[in-house]
Amino acid sequence: MAYGEKVLDHYENPRNVGSFESADNVGTGMVGAPACGDVMKLQIKVNDEGVIEDAVFKTYGCGSAIASSSLLTEWVKGKTLDEAQAIKNTQIAEELALPPVKIHCSVLAEDAINAAVADYKQKNA
Amino acid sequence: MSEQKPHKSKEQPIYLDYSATTPIDPRVVTEMLKYMGPESSFGNPASRSHSFGWAAEAAVEAARKNVADLVGANPKEIVFTSGATESDNLAIKGAAHFNHKRGKHIVTCKTEHKAVLDSCRQLEREGYEVTYLDPMPNGLIDLKVFEEALRDDTTLVSIMHVNNEIGVIQDIEAIGKICRERKIIFHVDAAQSAGKVDINLEELPVDLMSFSAHKIYGPKGIGALYVQRKPRVRLEAQMHGGGHERGMRSGTLATHQIVGMGEAFRIAKEEMVEENARLLKLRNKLYDGVKDMEEVYVNGDIDQRIAGNINISFNYVEGESLLMALSDLAISSGSACTSASLEPSYVLRALGRNDELAHSSIRFTMGRFTTEEEIDRTIELVRKAVGKLRDLSPLWDMYKAGIDIDSIEWAAH
Repeated sequence: MAYGEKVLDHYENPRNVGSFESADNVGTGMVGAPACGDVMKLQIKVNDEGVIEDAVFKTYGCGSAIASSSLLTEWVKGKTLDEAQAIKNTQIAEELALPPVKIHCSVLAEDAINAAVADYKQKNA
Repeated sequence: MSEQKPHKSKEQPIYLDYSATTPIDPRVVTEMLKYMGPESSFGNPASRSHSFGWAAEAAVEAARKNVADLVGANPKEIVFTSGATESDNLAIKGAAHFNHKRGKHIVTCKTEHKAVLDSCRQLEREGYEVTYLDPMPNGLIDLKVFEEALRDDTTLVSIMHVNNEIGVIQDIEAIGKICRERKIIFHVDAAQSAGKVDINLEELPVDLMSFSAHKIYGPKGIGALYVQRKPRVRLEAQMHGGGHERGMRSGTLATHQIVGMGEAFRIAKEEMVEENARLLKLRNKLYDGVKDMEEVYVNGDIDQRIAGNINISFNYVEGESLLMALSDLAISSGSACTSASLEPSYVLRALGRNDELAHSSIRFTMGRFTTEEEIDRTIELVRKAVGKLRDLSPLWDMYKAGIDIDSIEWAAH
């Protein structure tokens, strides 16, 4: 299938690929399933003010899934947890011009940030 | 007139999808052109009253002989159709319908082409019963399991010769012998084997066999069905009309297409041995070039396989992203991540491959115009792409950390 320019850009040059060592100020969200063909791991590093100062990802999945998670890491940096959780899949889908069959990739990205924030909050409850 | 684009321009990807289709051999194109334009023998082969018709009929009969010669058949046993899909439909529905009074049970395999599986599904809707066999993990049919599936009311067995995805070669001689003993009609889809595997229908216990032209450098839109004469296999026609092809397939014969198929089959007979040896070298080179990477699996039996096919799973890398990284190659993936259901290849699933491996499979099929340089480049590109995507893959990290991925409770979505 044909991919949009932004998907290709994120796929060719993914931003913020990597992992953080497990720590109290790190929240990890892993969503998806190998059986379905995509697994997204998003990690956020949160400072004392409750602002996400860094984010990294690793994704097993199609180009749109990789692009969605790459874009997400760019967007959440500098945001508070609430602001990050306010990111909607439709914004990601729109930014990347995802075709209808790839909308689930953006849904997965939304799930990933929610899971990462939930993990951070649980650790710091 | 615009000049024809050469097959290999710098901008075009390397074509490694010969099991999907092949370019028409230039020698075939030359023959076909003799039956198209106003100055040619363009007549209707069924026209008996003038030389245009006679010339076209002679060309069709010469082509019929070439097709028959490649597979050791009598030309009178060859029925031209629009392709292997139509041949499969005619064979399966035609034989099942004609023999419905003897029984309504059919045996086939889960890894068959959709043309066979969907014809069987249609017969199920009409009240027939179908057994879909599981192949062994190497893709081949277990003869014992096969024999146990046969019943007194089984009238038809349909098993493909060579699988389109994994290239494995079924033992159709052994399966045919079992069918003969029980007087069961045996149909073989040979779309992927003609011109690649020796076929001698004079000796093989096969009643019906489907062929395609475009898989072996002939044109698309033409195929044939072998219908054995001694003992005579009878079919109920699926296409009604002028009674062409001895009533089994009505419709004006597409002379130029048929001529193309005949020429393609003639060339295949002449060059098959040499071509297979060359392709085997290329395939082994490709596999040797990637197999030392970790977690690389060949799908399907490596020995009982046609020379031009290699189907490999690169574990922990998703197939569609791999295709994207390999955009300089024209290849196909067993992963179809195009719908929310994300279903991997049904063929690989039938082999018992887990979802990750099914999702990470790539089929490389080589052919007449594949060069050694192209294989060198392919190896280089594949190694780079798999490395890059594994660096991105959380599953690869987990594998490297010794975490069993199956032990994790994944939320299916």
